[in-house]
Amino acid sequence: MQSLQKITSRFIPLRIENVDTDQIIPARFLKATTKLGFGKNLFRDWRYENDDETKPKADFVLNQKQYSGDILVAAKNFGCGSSREHAAWSIQDYGFKVVVSSFFADIFKNNALNNGVLPVTVTDAFLQQIFAEDADATLTIDLEKQTITIDNTGASETFDINAYKKTCMLNGYDDIDYLLSMKEEIAAFEKARG
Amino acid sequence: MGKTIFDKIWDRHVVKIIEDGPSVLYIDKHLIHEVTSPQAFSGIEKRGAKLFRPKQIVATADHNVPTINQHLPIADQLSKFQVDTLIDNCKKHGVELYGLGHEHQGIVHVIGPELGITQPGMTIVCGDSHTSTHGAFGSIAFGIGTSEVEMVFASQCVMQSKPKVMRINIEGAIQNGVVSKDIILFIIAQISASGATGYFVEYAGSAIRALSMEARMTICNMSIEMGARGGIIAPDETTYAYIKGRPFAPKDAEWEIKLAEWKQLFTDADAKFDVEININAADIQPMVTYGTNPGMGLAVTGTVPTLESITDPTEQQNFEKALKYMGLTPGQSLLGMPVQNVFIGSCTNSRIEDFRLVASIIKGKQKDPNVKTLIVPGSQAVAKQIIAEGLDKIFAAAGVEIRQAGCSACLGMNEDKIPAGEYCISTSNRNFEGRQGAGARTMLVSPLTAAAALLTGKISDIRTMLN
Repeated sequence: MQSLQKITSRFIPLRIENVDTDQIIPARFLKATTKLGFGKNLFRDWRYENDDETKPKADFVLNQKQYSGDILVAAKNFGCGSSREHAAWSIQDYGFKVVVSSFFADIFKNNALNNGVLPVTVTDAFLQQIFAEDADATLTIDLEKQTITIDNTGASETFDINAYKKTCMLNGYDDIDYLLSMKEEIAAFEKARG
Repeated sequence: MGKTIFDKIWDRHVVKIIEDGPSVLYIDKHLIHEVTSPQAFSGIEKRGAKLFRPKQIVATADHNVPTINQHLPIADQLSKFQVDTLIDNCKKHGVELYGLGHEHQGIVHVIGPELGITQPGMTIVCGDSHTSTHGAFGSIAFGIGTSEVEMVFASQCVMQSKPKVMRINIEGAIQNGVVSKDIILFIIAQISASGATGYFVEYAGSAIRALSMEARMTICNMSIEMGARGGIIAPDETTYAYIKGRPFAPKDAEWEIKLAEWKQLFTDADAKFDVEININAADIQPMVTYGTNPGMGLAVTGTVPTLESITDPTEQQNFEKALKYMGLTPGQSLLGMPVQNVFIGSCTNSRIEDFRLVASIIKGKQKDPNVKTLIVPGSQAVAKQIIAEGLDKIFAAAGVEIRQAGCSACLGMNEDKIPAGEYCISTSNRNFEGRQGAGARTMLVSPLTAAAALLTGKISDIRTMLN
């Protein structure tokens, strides 16, 4: 897993609530047996008319040239619905390293963390401050300090992440490495419960 | 202080609590399917590791399978490759597979309970958010991502932070024409599509106790649609009677031992919940959704909210976006609106009881000629039972074809899709944009309300059609 310590980047503002994982990556793209190449189908049906890559929808933010960056900023309840990790893979493959929202769905949050994409939960008021910024504004996320800052104004907030996940993210470790190292303990647990 | 049923089961499965981090939670049963498992199998192979407890895993093919001509090779090459990959992986790693053509094949959340694999007190996971279904048996069951599927492959454990607990009490008798799907759509409409995020929900009260296991599964199934990690209903005589005698249920002396354990699975009288919600069962009416998330629901006789009733500007924008997608206007009534498609199926409503409900309404009647139908049993066993009970004849006489088992038009991964712009009255669980096909307009309902639409070609109040 890729590690992440600190990032300063412009951001893409997605002012939509309840973005479900069917929108992030529609079911017809789930027939893959690898994790590769999902980025080109990220938000596929919001991005293109009639599934046609030559017809980008001008009103969708990923198609608006003024916006770019490694940070996606979305309205509340981002990633609800299906547990498909393909949603996290497509966000990562597209190039996002951080997703900011005022509220994340549980399964998506875990999936993002397991793929080196940092979910940053901010207050509603702070989210509105980010949305009020211009396209050339940048955000700085410092995982060690657990802060997110709007660089133009200096406005800053701290965010929560549990210490274990933070260590994983800072170092690029994943849970599977940890669990593989626990096998004997798990076998003992099995034996004890009969 | 007493414990909730959730706490009792959770605490028994914690291998280790990581300081200021998640718990390592032991998993009793791991269900897998073709869509969310291939990358986990290749991940484990890449690490040079083996499956830790392959005997605790059961596999089936459901999301991607056709619902006609299942004896023929799958025509869609990508789908075929994914299903074949599951077959190869299960063979290579010693996992039991109920694949296409197997008598136990079906939607993963239908076959688990039906085979007696799902039992009270267990922890159950699957790479599918509707794993919450199994909570109807008094188990802790939740959906996981593919990295977590790999974790369970590697260690039979997942890393989870303990969620908060919410109890929803539903007391009293439900009206005639109202079924469990209406109960859960009502709850989600009340608390919103994110109202239970971060919580595990226990459903309790006399209205829940009165429900069959099938009906309880429908409720727990949709827990995720309000953001909950899962739903749980304490086991009782209804639960034990359902499990007894099923292929993988405990037998003889083991049954007695298990039964004694299961009877300890209840929430203590003095247990505390983080949130409690009380609902009067009599207030619940047949429900229908009008928007693009399951929280956007109303009584079938109600009207779509007005723009003025929504104060938050972002919410207002989202409401308008949803109505535009659905082709509806604020304040309008839905009753009598023509619909072009009816889908009866999915892990929410494709069990034998659902087919009995539909058959009771359409018996001796004809389907509306303008309505196209997708009627899909949840499993091979349900399909067999439909024939054994003669329900197939009722559907045939009504001019309705019954298909073969699979997830079908619930998520439109196979050929079963709803055309763009058309409405689909659906017994499934999600009305997201494009869920049933690009541009498809889904309205979630109960099997009874779906049966009514099938006959009338319109959104109808089932209560006016009952004797």
